[in-house]
This record gives sequence, C-alpha cells and structure tokens, in this order.
Amino acid sequence: MSKVTLAVLVNNEPGVLSRVAGLFTRRGYNIHSLAVGPTEDNSISRITIVVEEDEQRLEQVTKQLHKLIDVLKITDLTYEERVERELALIKVKGDKRSEILQIVDIFRAKIVDVSPKEVMVEVTGDMEKVDAFIQMLDSYGITEIVRTGKIALARSAKN
Amino acid sequence: MALTGAEALVSTLTEMGVEYVFGYPGGAVLPIYDALYNSSLKHILTRHEQGAAHAADGYARATRKPGVVIATSGPGATNLVTGLANAYMDSVPLVAITGQVHSGLIGKDSFQEADIMGITMPVTKHNYLVKDGNSIPRVIKEALFIANTGRPGPVLVDITKDALMNHLLEPLLDAEIDLPGYRVKTTGHPRQIMLAKNLIQEAKRPLIYAGGGAGDAGESLLQLVEQYDIPVTTTLMGLGAFPGNHPLNLGMLGMHGTPWANMAIQECDVLIAIGARFDDRVTGNLSKFAPKAKIIHIDIDAAEIGKNVKADIPIVGDAKSILPELLGTEKLTHPNWIAEIREFALPKYQANKPNSDPCEVCNVPNLFNATPPPPCKRQESVTPKQVLEVVAATIKDKIIVATDVGQNQMWAAQYLPVDKPHSFITSGGLGTMGYGLPAALGAQLGRPDEQVVLVTGDGSLQMNIQELATIATYDIPVKIVLLNNRVLGMVRQWQTIFYESRYSQTCTGSVPDFCLLASAYSLPAVKILTREDCQTKLPEALLTKGPYLIEVAIDPDESVWPMVAPGASLCEMLHAELTPKPAWER
Ligand SMILES: Cc1ncc(C[n+]2csc(CCOP(=O)(O)OP(=O)(O)O)c2C)c(N)n1
Repeated sequence: MSKVTLAVLVNNEPGVLSRVAGLFTRRGYNIHSLAVGPTEDNSISRITIVVEEDEQRLEQVTKQLHKLIDVLKITDLTYEERVERELALIKVKGDKRSEILQIVDIFRAKIVDVSPKEVMVEVTGDMEKVDAFIQMLDSYGITEIVRTGKIALARSAKN
Repeated sequence: MALTGAEALVSTLTEMGVEYVFGYPGGAVLPIYDALYNSSLKHILTRHEQGAAHAADGYARATRKPGVVIATSGPGATNLVTGLANAYMDSVPLVAITGQVHSGLIGKDSFQEADIMGITMPVTKHNYLVKDGNSIPRVIKEALFIANTGRPGPVLVDITKDALMNHLLEPLLDAEIDLPGYRVKTTGHPRQIMLAKNLIQEAKRPLIYAGGGAGDAGESLLQLVEQYDIPVTTTLMGLGAFPGNHPLNLGMLGMHGTPWANMAIQECDVLIAIGARFDDRVTGNLSKFAPKAKIIHIDIDAAEIGKNVKADIPIVGDAKSILPELLGTEKLTHPNWIAEIREFALPKYQANKPNSDPCEVCNVPNLFNATPPPPCKRQESVTPKQVLEVVAATIKDKIIVATDVGQNQMWAAQYLPVDKPHSFITSGGLGTMGYGLPAALGAQLGRPDEQVVLVTGDGSLQMNIQELATIATYDIPVKIVLLNNRVLGMVRQWQTIFYESRYSQTCTGSVPDFCLLASAYSLPAVKILTREDCQTKLPEALLTKGPYLIEVAIDPDESVWPMVAPGASLCEMLHAELTPKPAWER
C-alpha cells in the first residue's frame, strides 16, 4: 500500500463532489483525506485527495476519475516538489496556559480564542507536523479537534 | 413566439436524427407530451417505464444509434433504474429524459419528487439536472454525444417542470456542446500497435477473444482472422462480432463456453482481447486464466486495461481504427494449433474419464470429468436444441436474436449462431430477467426488415409481460419462443449441482396459461408439445406475418452444459461431452 496525493480539477457544479465520493465508495478505494475549494477560476474547483492503495488499484483510481465528465485534469503530486498544508483547530484545557503557549510557539501555531477554561489553537503545516503538535497537546486535555484535510500545490520551476 | 423548453427538447431530438422515443407520460413531463402531440418524432408508449428503458436499449443495440426514453418524475424515473444499470453494464448508448418537480419544490419532498440524479449516478456514464430551459438544447446534444461516443453508455437528463414550460431565448437552439472534461481516444498508440503486430506475427498459438466492443469492428476482425489464420472465441456480448458459422469460430468461452474455446484459452501463447473486459463469468479462476499467454488488450476504455488482468501490450483506442493497423502484408497459417484445438471436440476428449491425466495447467485430475450424469429426460419431451435448430433453419440469416436471462439465454447462445454484429441482443453484464420482451420490440422497430426472435423463459417473460400490449398495439412482428419449463431453470440447475437438488422456491408451476394470456392481448399463440409439433407448427408460426407467441413445453430437468463452476478454472468443465457441435462440423 502506498499513499498518493492527487490534485483533481473539476467543474464547479452541483453534484460533482458526490460523483467523486460515490466513485470511491462504489469501487472500494480508500480515501485518506479530501479537501475541496474554488480555484483562481470560479468555474473550477480543486479537490485534493490523498488515497491509500496498492499500485495496481492506484492506477485504476486515476483512470476511473478521468472517466467522470466533470473531471478536467488530474495531477499526481506524489513525486513532485510540492508544498503541502493542513490546518487544524484544537481546543485544549487551559490549566497550564504557559506550557501550552511554549509549545504553540515552537510549532509556530497561534492562539485564536481564549475562555476561562479552554484555549483554541490554530496550527498549519504538513500532516506530520499537525500530528506531532496534537500529540504534544494531548497530555493537557484536548476537548475538540477539527482538521481540514491536506491541500497541496506543486512548486514552480526554479529557472 | 419563442419555443418552450419542452418544444426545444423535441425539436433538438428531431434535429439530431432521433427517430423513435420510448416512454410513459405523467405530470412532470406533460409539457413534453404536449410538444410531442404535433411532432414527427415517433413515440412508443410501453406499459411500464422499465419496458421503455429496455426497449430503447434493444433499439440502440440493434441500430447502433442512441435509444431515447422518457419518464415522469418520481416513480416514473425510479422505474428506469434497472434499465439504466443494464445499459451501463453492457455499454449501450441510451439517453433517459425524466421530468422533475418545479425547481422551487425541489428538496421539499414534494409530490412525486425523487433525487434521480443522485440515485442514478453509479449506473450512468453521466447525468444532468436541468433547471434552466435555455440549456436544454445544449444538454440534449451533449447527452446524445456522450452516450454514443467512446465507450457508450446511458446518460440521464432530469429536467424540472418549469424549465420545460418556460419560453426560451431563440438563439440557444443552436448552442454547441461544451465538454472540456470529456476526451475520447480512438486511435491506438503507434508504438503499441507495432509491438502488438510483431507479437501476433511471432505467435505459434494465437487466439482472439472478442467482446461486445468488437461489434463495430466486425469487418476488420474478419480480415485479421483470415490473414493471420487465428481462431476466435467470443463472449456472450461478442456473439455476432465474428460470424457464428465461420470455421475459425470456436464459440463462446467461459462458464458455459465450449471446451475447445476454453482449452484454447489455457493453451494459447498470445491472447488478443478485443473490446472485452475479463469478466468473472468469462475467465473463471483468474489466477489460472490463460497461464501461458502474453496478452494484448485492445479497449477504448483505458480503465479496463489492468482492471482484472495485467496486459503485456495494452492498446487504448477504438477497435475499428486499431484492427486494420494490425494487418500486415504476409499471410500466416497455424494448421497445427488449429488441429490441436479441434481435437478437443473429438469424442475421445469428451468421454467421462475420471482417472484421466491431471491437467497440466491446474493440476486437476478430472479434466473433462463428469459428475453424476444429468438426470434422464423424459423421452417424448421436446428439447431446447430441437426447437432452436428449427428456428435457425427457418429464419436463416435474417435473424436477430433477443434473449431473456437464464437457461433460455445460454441455449440461444449455443444453438442460434448469428453471423452479423449487433444481432444478438442480450443482457450480459447485469443479467436482467425481463429484459427480453421489451428489448426485442425495440430491436424489431429499429431493424424492420429482419426478423427478431425472442428466446425467453416463463420466469423472465412474466417480469415484463405487460409489454405484450405494446407489441399488440403497434403490431410489432416479434416472434416469442417461450421455453416453458415451469421452473426458474438456471437457479434450479445450480440447486441441482451445488445444493443437493433442494429446490427452494424455484418451481413456478403451470400458471399462467401463456397462450390464453396471449389471446387476451389479441396475439396469436401456439403450444408446441411434441417433436412433431416442432417440425410442423413451429415453422408455420415463425413464418406467419406479425407477432406470435410460441410456447414450447420443455422438461424442467434440461440443463445447460458444459459448465465451469464459479471459481473453477476454465479446464474444469462439467459435461463437456454434451456441448453442441462446433462450427466446423455443422
Ligand atoms: C431480475 C432478476 N431477478 C433474479 C435473477 C436471478 N435469476 C437468474 S436466472 C433465473 C431463472 C430464470 O428463469 P426463467 O426466466 O424461467 O428461465 P430459464 O432459466 O428457466 O430458462 C433467476 C431467477 C435475475 N437474473 N434477474
């Protein structure tokens, strides 16, 4: 099994996400994460999908996706020079605020909301960094987490 | 006065060359039916939307033009689902137009509202929800285009009632299709074609395995075979792609294939798959399929390549364009290989030989071994073989065969060889009982100068029996050959073999009296009870003008042989000795 990151450009139309998701369910492919949003062109959305499958089935995933009429382009970013980001919002118990602040600092995360009992922290980075950050906060008592799913963009040519 | 959406729909269909539409009216499509009232488009009113979908499908298969079906919102639309799934599995170009509730009522569980776009997503090539009448002409053109290009398939267009009723802006009628995400690759990659050509020319034991996708390439297939002297086996869907009576035709492969086709698969060194998808009913145990062969896989759908088997030389493109490029200048022959294959048809290979040598491929000791012999037939009963041989001899080359699903389907495939593409109309992928009758009437409308013969079973026929009314109303001259065994034969056969003859819920009994039923629909009917009837009454009915129901009483113990049990390898055939004669001996 290996993990690949696919950038899928699709028509920004109702039902498209459902087509993509439906295809994955029907053929039994594993979605690891999925993020959708508009692009520079309003009529086109970009879906970033992380898929975990063996080689032969991965090839099938791309081919089957290509058959959807609303899919315009698929780029496999796995072997490209790329920037990857994920964003997470984490609520953590505020008893040891100063220790939390230190960790937040090290990870270049941000406190985005404070209440008498809890703080809300925002962190961005690749999946590993977000995982590591969450692990660090774990012992302080995490009450709620939301993560976006990965987005990725290939780096531009340097010359 | 500008056209309404519904009028634009009808005029676009007409402009695109659609001749027939099949359908059933209802509230949400009233505007369409009103527009049809004065139109030159011929509308066939079936008696059930499923019937309409299958009729459009049969029409499409027979004519290679998209079939068009119309249904109302809610139950009308959901009644199409089986028809769409059936067309999807067999890659049939179909455009389904459904009415939807007023756009302002969507999402409110309004009367006869169903999310048909959501429901049909997994069983259509594409689908649309149209809420703006102005896009109707473009969407209809796109739907017809998508349905009938590349790997064909069904497209559903769901249109809200207000979009059908509103007057649209005139210039939009000539809107062009706009499908940036839809690419069809027809020509094969030159390097792959060259590699394939070399491999074919070097092969000592080449074999062609042709599926439904080879139908359009029939002529080039024949040329290829004759130039390189390559034997051909076809799938159920590929019947007719290569002439059924050609001496190099080995017949069907797979579960009910011929021993010589299945053994050729196991022994060949180069297997050329054309428009075929290595379905489990065809390959048997995949890991033991064609173990000695390098595989060339030609298919228009890139996703078929590598889906079930790994191809050594994949070629993505249209067989019609690729096959001519595989032709060389040299003529080749493979007399030894062909002689070897034909040996499998000799009695010495087919006798029960429980202790014969193990098959070198799967190491199964009973290569052609029969389990207990099939139960005795009552001597006087008519056999499916006798009936279908008379059908073949009576109708000859004008025949288009339509089938239902079950034993009747397999017998038709075994005993009614067709020589032309698109002339064996059957539900292959989905195996939809009830497909036959409506599909037969659609095919007959599409090819009025030929004779459609439907081979059906008592179970299947009752699943869309209401279409007898359609046949009667429009006087569609389909000949219905009902092989009445009073059981759900194919399921019962599996119970005999795999469930110790515990016949749970497979006996349908002797109701209804189909001939009486036919006369209730004002259709002529005849009962064939004896072998003599087969020689006299049967041809007479077949040659009578107009529709006819021919009910043949057959023994419920009749089985389809040979058979490869599910999961077994293609060399493990039960009752190979009961295989119908090969083409070169007929
Ligand atoms: C809609 C549907 N339901 C159930 C089945 C399962 N099935 C396959 S063959 C068969 C029996 C068909 O009986 P009949 O039409 O009488 O044909 P026979 O096999 O007797 O020739 C059944 C029930 C099916 N293929 N399609």
